Order: sequence, then C-alpha cells, then structure tokens
Amino acid sequence: MAGSGTAHLRPAEATLLRLENLDVEFPAGGGKRVSAVADVSIDVAPGETLGLVGESGCGKSTTARAIMQLPPPTRGKVVFDGEDLTALDGERLRAVRPRFQIVFQDPISSLNPRRKVGDIVGAPLKIWDRGSEAERRARVDEVLEAVGLDPDTARDKRPHEFSGGQCQRICIARALVLDPKLVICDEPVSALDVSVQAQILNLLEDLKDRYGLTLVFITHDLAVVKNVSDRVAVMYLGKICEVAPPDRLYAEPAHPYTAALLESIPVPDPAAPVRKAGLAAGELPSPLSPPSGCRFRTRCPRAQDRCAAEEPQIRLVAEGQYVACHFPLVADEPLPIKGSQ
Amino acid sequence: MIGRREHVTRAPDELRPYSRRLLEVDDLATHFTTPRGKVRAVDGVSFALERGRTLGLVGESGSGKSVLSRSIMGLLPGNVERQGSVAFEDHRLDQMGPAELRSFWGTQIAMVFQDPMTSLNPVMRIGRQITEPLRFHLGMDRREAEKMALALLASVNIPEPGRRLRQYPHELSGGMRQRVVIAIALACGPKLLFADEPTTALDVTVQSQILDLLRTQQRERDMAMVLVTHDLGVVAGHTDEVAVMYAGQIVEQAPTRTLFASMRMPYTAALLQSIPRLANASHTRLDVIAGRPPDLLDPPRGCRFAPRCPYAQDRCREEPPPLQEADEPGHVYRCWFPVGTERGQEALERNLAAPVPQGVDG
Repeated sequence: MAGSGTAHLRPAEATLLRLENLDVEFPAGGGKRVSAVADVSIDVAPGETLGLVGESGCGKSTTARAIMQLPPPTRGKVVFDGEDLTALDGERLRAVRPRFQIVFQDPISSLNPRRKVGDIVGAPLKIWDRGSEAERRARVDEVLEAVGLDPDTARDKRPHEFSGGQCQRICIARALVLDPKLVICDEPVSALDVSVQAQILNLLEDLKDRYGLTLVFITHDLAVVKNVSDRVAVMYLGKICEVAPPDRLYAEPAHPYTAALLESIPVPDPAAPVRKAGLAAGELPSPLSPPSGCRFRTRCPRAQDRCAAEEPQIRLVAEGQYVACHFPLVADEPLPIKGSQ
Repeated sequence: MIGRREHVTRAPDELRPYSRRLLEVDDLATHFTTPRGKVRAVDGVSFALERGRTLGLVGESGSGKSVLSRSIMGLLPGNVERQGSVAFEDHRLDQMGPAELRSFWGTQIAMVFQDPMTSLNPVMRIGRQITEPLRFHLGMDRREAEKMALALLASVNIPEPGRRLRQYPHELSGGMRQRVVIAIALACGPKLLFADEPTTALDVTVQSQILDLLRTQQRERDMAMVLVTHDLGVVAGHTDEVAVMYAGQIVEQAPTRTLFASMRMPYTAALLQSIPRLANASHTRLDVIAGRPPDLLDPPRGCRFAPRCPYAQDRCREEPPPLQEADEPGHVYRCWFPVGTERGQEALERNLAAPVPQGVDG
C-alpha cells in the first residue's frame, strides 16, 4: 500500500476539494522527523461523501487537520473551491474558513461547558457579524431544529444537560450555522452508543441532502464508512492503499490490507463462519522509520522482494477502483511463483 | 439455567453436574445514593455461569453492565447499597470483608478493564507489575516470579518478552498494553475473568487478535469469562451465552445462537438493527431506537423499554413484565408482546396503524 501517485484524481474542475501530494511531518526528538502523511492525493466532488478509513496512527486525522490548515501540511497543495489553501495566509485564509467546518470525535470536550447552547451555536455568526440579532437567533433556531433539537428548550441550557448524542448534534449545528460547503467529520460517532450512532448517521445523511453538503468522513469503523460514503479511501501508515466506491471495495477488495481489515470486523451473527484475518502478526511499524518500498509489506501476506525495493504507484484495477499494490487481489494477476499465500 | 431464582432451581442439574457451576448471582441489586435520589444501576439481576463458559453482557452505556460486574467483584464505592447474593463456588462474595476479598481477587477472579493505559501503573516497569501478584498471592521468590512473568508475556503473544519486562507502559502500543493487562489478570490462574470492554479502545485488527487470545487462554485454563461489551458483533463470535441489559435489568438471556436466531425482546432486535452492516449497500437507512434510555432515578412504572418500544401497548406502560421462558431451553425474556409471536405482531401492527408520537433526540 504505501502507495503514491495521482492516477485516481479526477479533473480539477469536477472537484470541490483536491489534495495533491500532501506531506505532513512533525519534528521528533534528536532531529528526526515523523512523516505522518506522505504523498497523499485525493479529491472530493461536490455533494459527495469521501470516507477515510484506517487504524489509529494511519494519518487519517492528520489529513483532516491538514485540510483545515491546522497545522498546514509540510508540502503539497490543498485546493478548495479553486483556491490553494496552502498559499493563503492570515486574513485571506480566515476569509475562506466559514466555507469548511469540522466536527470532532468527542462532542462533550468540544463544547464550552460554561456557555449556553444558543450562544455556542450562534458564536460563528457573531464572529462573522452576520445579520441582525434577530436574524442570528432565527438562524440558530433553524439549525438546532435541523439537527433534531427543540430550539426553545435547548437554547438556554448548557452542554452538561445533554447526552453525548445530543452534544454531537449541537456540534453539528455549530458546524452548519455558517452554511459551509464542506464539513469534515473526524470520528463523529466513535464515542457514541450503537443506537445513538445510527441516529447521528441518519442525521448526517439528511443534512447532506438538505444543505447540499460535501462530507469528508473519517472513521476506523468500516461498516460505518460503508454506510455513509460515495467513495472510500483506505489509509495505512500515512499512505493511501486503495480508493473505490464502497460497494465495490467491500465486495472485492484489491489491496491485501483492505481485505485484512474487512476480515477482522466481528459479524453480529454467531452462524457466520470464523474468518482468519490474513494479516502477518506484528504491529504497525514506526512512522519514524517506515519500511522501504511498500509500507505495508512487513505485515502483508503477499509481500515479495519487489515490494521492499519499489514503492507501488496507484493504478486502476477495475472501474472506479484504484489500488497501490504490486500484487493486488485481482483475478487476472496471479502472484508470481515465489509467492506464498 | 439462567434467570430469576425459579429458573435456576428448575435447571436440570442431573445434566450439568453441580460442580461445574462456578458463579451464581441471585436477585442482585446495586443502588447508588446521590443528592438527587437513589440510582438503581442494577435492579434484580440473576444468572449463573459454569466453569469454562463465556457469558456476554451487552447493553448501551448506562444500562448497568459495568456496575454489575464491579458489584459481583465487590469493587464499589462507599455510597452504594447492595442486596441479593453472589455465590462463587462455596463462597458468598457478598458477605466477604475487604481482607478476604483481597485474597480472592487475582487468584480466583480477575478483571481486565477497557483502557489499558489507565489500568497500568505508568511509573512501574511491566515486569514488576506482573510479578507483584505472583509474589503477593503465590509467595514466589523474585527469580521464580520473573520466570513466570516471562512465560506469561510469551503466552499472550508479546514478541521479545525479556525486553518488554524492563519497559514502561508508555513504551508499548495500545494492543501490547492490553496484552500485558491480560497477562497480569491471568498471572495467578483465576477461575473467572471479567473482561469489561477489553477491546473497545483498540483497532479492529488488534481487537480480533485480543479476542482470539482471550479465547485460547480460556480454553487452556478452563476459565469462565464474563465479556462485557456494547458490540453485538463481538458477542456473536466469542460467547456461549448472552445477557442483554437495559436500565439495570437483564431483559433477555439465551445461548448465543438461540438469541440471534430467535430473539424475543424488542430491545434486542432494535439494538441489532441499528448496527450498520457490511452486507447492506451503502447509504442504507439505519433503523434507529427512538428516544433514549430512562432515568434510573425514576424508571418507568411498567416495562422500562416501553417508552421507546415499537411494540408497546397500554399493558407495557402499566405492568412490568417478569422474565419468562421461551420455547428453547435457557432462553428467557422480559416482554408482554414478544418479537416473532402472534401477540407481538398484532401489537406492532396496531401501533403502526395508529402511530404514537415518539421522541427524536439522542
């Protein structure tokens, strides 16, 4: 996986967001640098939901933050609505920010416990000085109602009076109040119970239709991502492994890592056959010194000599399905003789 | 053989020799006294567990599943009132004092918690944390205990166990830390292991490794396990029997296959339907459970799930349903209009015909 390349990008004019050769590095002790995201390219068309999946440490949240310019990427471009965000600074960057918003994982810690819900949700309008007091209030009521809260009871309460799921609704209302085009959801349901998770996922789908949103949905839960996405990108150790429409990706994963991830999901059916994740034992290698060539090769059941020597480039293997692997799981490309499955 | 007392006594003991029974919880209630009143976190729970078997305890947050396991172990704060009995082999855990419990924890019953970072001491080397119970409970000397610790780390599949013994928890990944916590829990050979959301903080690939590890260890040691989780997927593949908890009570309990094949309680069905499934096409609308769990300070008078239940009738709102037996042995549920029966179907259709307004929020 550990692949680079831009074969999967669509024409720039058809996309709302386009990341080109994004690198994010952080300084580590001893003059070393951790490469958290390395040469990632991905794009999102208007009205589409892009799902970003991967294990912890794969760089999915770092990618989200790089889109938000929090912090800006070390190298590469983030083109949003025709503008390269990495080239903007100060006031010019601030001026675009209302058009892209983020919802975080933990709804309770992302709300100020001392402020009333009406003020929290209305704060962005106040900062941008949008409309009169009455118009702002009407807008706050509208988004609260849109996320399924009763504005009259919610407005004057504080976050602790709400459950986790309701707090996530408040966070979503706050993200929507400025009428953004793009909303990045970083694990928005991971801290919630399954029954509440379903409510929030349905809500996001409704809001997407109602406000014409484009979503980047980040999660480690493959079933969730399948449910909400139009296109899924699987990440491993700072690289993209595979990009495909969800139904295709789940039916016929081409990257050995995608296949291993799918096999490790517990199925809520005791009659389901016991599956064995085809994942070599061991842990995620350190991003301080990632493996040469393909970054997944140390855990890959199909790894060959070539995988250590040469980094795979992303290429098309089926309609809409792109994979960064020398030996993908596709029928007409059997493994060379040396290989052991 | 689970359920309230009457079911327990009716269990065919001649089929399962009495000595196989390890844990028997009878009508256990755990109430917290708070400034706002009494919170009935666990309210009349009974079940039994045999050696080597796994019981899955499922429910949403606040359903009382974690309090139940802590209540059985005796790990509760001071503002608590506990009633009912907990029998472990020939011992009454509920009547033991702190000193007696201390000798029981680790050697007879052990626990693995959700977050491996907070259950390890950050300023103590891994080795010391594993050898401590060995030396305290089993009276091993240092060398013996270290040898044992090495073997334990190897048995939970930790590579380079010798080096790990000298490391601190922050030097290990989340999955490795959870393996260490499991090694500590297994150190003195307990007969019963409580695993409270042992994989919730971990990635899916690591989750399946940890669950497989628990299963192997359990089989090798003939150890019983109570697996507390909110994930029905985990329960389906890793338990012999499942108890579903809602608002402090067991609302349905059955052997795992029976439960998934013929669930009776509308709550269990709703919980299962709200999970996004890989088998569904993307953008499939999820079935949600309307509303949210009841306030345990003042639970509903009738069935506790009635306010959110698509099957609920007047009777459900008035009269709490008792645990009753289903057709299959060992299957009990708490419902007046069970799923998959004529009565239930009629109730559902009646509700669909005259929709009752239901809450939306979560």
